[in-house]
Amino acid sequence: MTRIALVFLGAFAAIAMSFTALTLLPRMQLSAIEPTPGTADYTYDEQLGREVYLREGCIYCHSQQVRPEGFGSDLKRGWGPRGSRPGDYVYDETHQLGTMRTGPDLHDIASRQPSRDWHLAHLYQPRSVSPGSVMPAYPYLFEVKKKSNVMASEVTVPLSADYAPPGDSVVVATEDALALYDYLMTLKLEPINDGGAQGASN
Amino acid sequence: MPEDASPAVPPDVADASADADWRQVVDASARGPVVAFVVSATAWLVIGSLLALIASFKFQFPDWWTQQAWLTFGRVRPAHLNTMIYGWISMAGVGVSAWLWARLLKTRLRGQWMLLLSAALWNLGVLVGTIGILAGYSRAIEWVEMPYVAFAFIVPAMLLVVASFIQTLWERHARHLYISVWYLGAAILWGPLLVVAILLPIYSGIPEATANWWYAHNILGLWITPPGLAAAYYFIPKVIGRPVHSYHLSYLGFWTLALFYNWAGVHHLVGGPVPQWVATVSIVFSAMMIIPVIVVAVNHHLTVVGHFEKLKYSPTLRFVVFGAMSYTAVSLQGSLQSFRYWQEVTHFTHYTIAHSHLGVYAFATMIAFGAIYYIMPRVTDWEWGSKRLVSLHFWTTGLGIGAYFTALTIGGVIQGFQLLDPDVAFLEIVDDTKPWLIVRSVSGTLMTIGHLVFAYLLARIVTRSGERPEGPTYFHPVPEGTFAHVGGDGTRSARVPSTGEEATSQEDR
Repeated sequence: MTRIALVFLGAFAAIAMSFTALTLLPRMQLSAIEPTPGTADYTYDEQLGREVYLREGCIYCHSQQVRPEGFGSDLKRGWGPRGSRPGDYVYDETHQLGTMRTGPDLHDIASRQPSRDWHLAHLYQPRSVSPGSVMPAYPYLFEVKKKSNVMASEVTVPLSADYAPPGDSVVVATEDALALYDYLMTLKLEPINDGGAQGASN
Repeated sequence: MPEDASPAVPPDVADASADADWRQVVDASARGPVVAFVVSATAWLVIGSLLALIASFKFQFPDWWTQQAWLTFGRVRPAHLNTMIYGWISMAGVGVSAWLWARLLKTRLRGQWMLLLSAALWNLGVLVGTIGILAGYSRAIEWVEMPYVAFAFIVPAMLLVVASFIQTLWERHARHLYISVWYLGAAILWGPLLVVAILLPIYSGIPEATANWWYAHNILGLWITPPGLAAAYYFIPKVIGRPVHSYHLSYLGFWTLALFYNWAGVHHLVGGPVPQWVATVSIVFSAMMIIPVIVVAVNHHLTVVGHFEKLKYSPTLRFVVFGAMSYTAVSLQGSLQSFRYWQEVTHFTHYTIAHSHLGVYAFATMIAFGAIYYIMPRVTDWEWGSKRLVSLHFWTTGLGIGAYFTALTIGGVIQGFQLLDPDVAFLEIVDDTKPWLIVRSVSGTLMTIGHLVFAYLLARIVTRSGERPEGPTYFHPVPEGTFAHVGGDGTRSARVPSTGEEATSQEDR
């Protein structure tokens, strides 16, 4: 029994150590971190939009982490004014850092592309504003209805003739699409002038 | 115990025939659980493959099946990962491990009812979880997407496996514990601990990201890898008929894996907004992983040296050696890509996807196939129906994963260098990945064909369909005596009455 007990004990000790170091320690180290300027808790609509982002799996093609100066070319691409910092994520109950860039990074998308018309058209049919894109279309976040049935409170999506529905129908955004837009507009990095030292990643 | 009065035989003694009877008892005791787990696993393999194809073809046809929310890429892709990880490879791993565990401990597998219940719960959990992801209840944490309720089935299912294994261990007759037992024992401890640890409701923000990658990498390294290595350590010497190259080295390999692997996962966040030390620690341990990998490589490959001609005949050996070679490749690649320079290029690209498939597929899945080819005839007392179909299975999956890995690796490296160059427009990069993604869809189709063939063969052997095939299944007629030590010289079936309770093979450890 002694040898197999040693195996179990050693295996347990090994995993307990790395668990403590890689999950509990960062948690303690970052527990008192301040939100970066411009980072605020989500409103009801923004939270709703965030849930759409999680549900539809945006993370599998879009990261939310801008690489810092000197590592990659994110800043030169105009993907943000600075590298992302832990303080940017303090209100994120479910992190969406991501590991894949089939599409561009979105951590500063609100600065780069604030237009609601653009985002709604892009979600309804990515290729209508971004030719050659491989992003899926999300028609189920929209409704196609007769122009005469559109209520004043509803948001119509402007589409180029190639992608607009035929006849006198128009594309109207659902609550989910509008909430997702609201959430995307929270993804904005404010520049910080502290020499990039404190809290910076690398 | 009546089934085993034999003294503990050192594992490197390919001693034979004298005490064959206990093996029949062991095989019979493992029949129910092994069949339940392997058949379930294979069903998930087929489902996971179809999900993979849908996800992959969406890159060629982004406007295909977009009206239905549940078929959108962002849901199908995690559904694919979860069915493959928690359905296919986990359940196949348990099935193979259960048989190895009983054989190596030289005693009946205990707690069959617990294992059968476990298989049922496990299936329910993966089913609920997969439907949950497709229906929009994903937790959106990579490798842990299934909603909590799925784990309410899977965690008890894992604990039942642990209980059965502990009971079997307690009643063991082997005095010497072969290295495979170490790996399997550690894995059944690590698996449930990992899952419980990541389900704790204590994470958010950046610490959640480090916990996430600690978990995801460890599920691969401490839950999926050990049964793969245990099987390779068992089947390579077994089928070839010579001891492992250096038994002492295997201890070193085990302990260095146990101590180093679990620190490596956070290299997925190198260059990200995590504390510097976290990434550095991961890089250091990723590099140290070279030690266990070289040790295992020496042991596996040097055991095969001089016996390559046997790969021509034995399906088990061919699949397992393919897997063992892939393990060396994927692990060395893993150590290399954790370094900052290479991470800067390859992170966020298809290169990473290629790497993970080299691990889960070319290594773990191929070894699982090889192990199942060896185990099923012994627990069902029947033979594989067609050597041609086994061969088709090998070539479709082998060439499939080869093309898959090559295409995504090259495409990923190009993508990585283009991303580093701010003068290359993003949509140009997207355009340049398209040809490689076509290769992915084609090779994925090839692998899926292989999986359907395998599922068909498995259905035939489990239901004992058709004429009872003559002798063990080899790709080519085997020169006399080549596999005599495993009862594979054609005498296995001939000597065995087909009542099912009798011998299935006469020489085993």
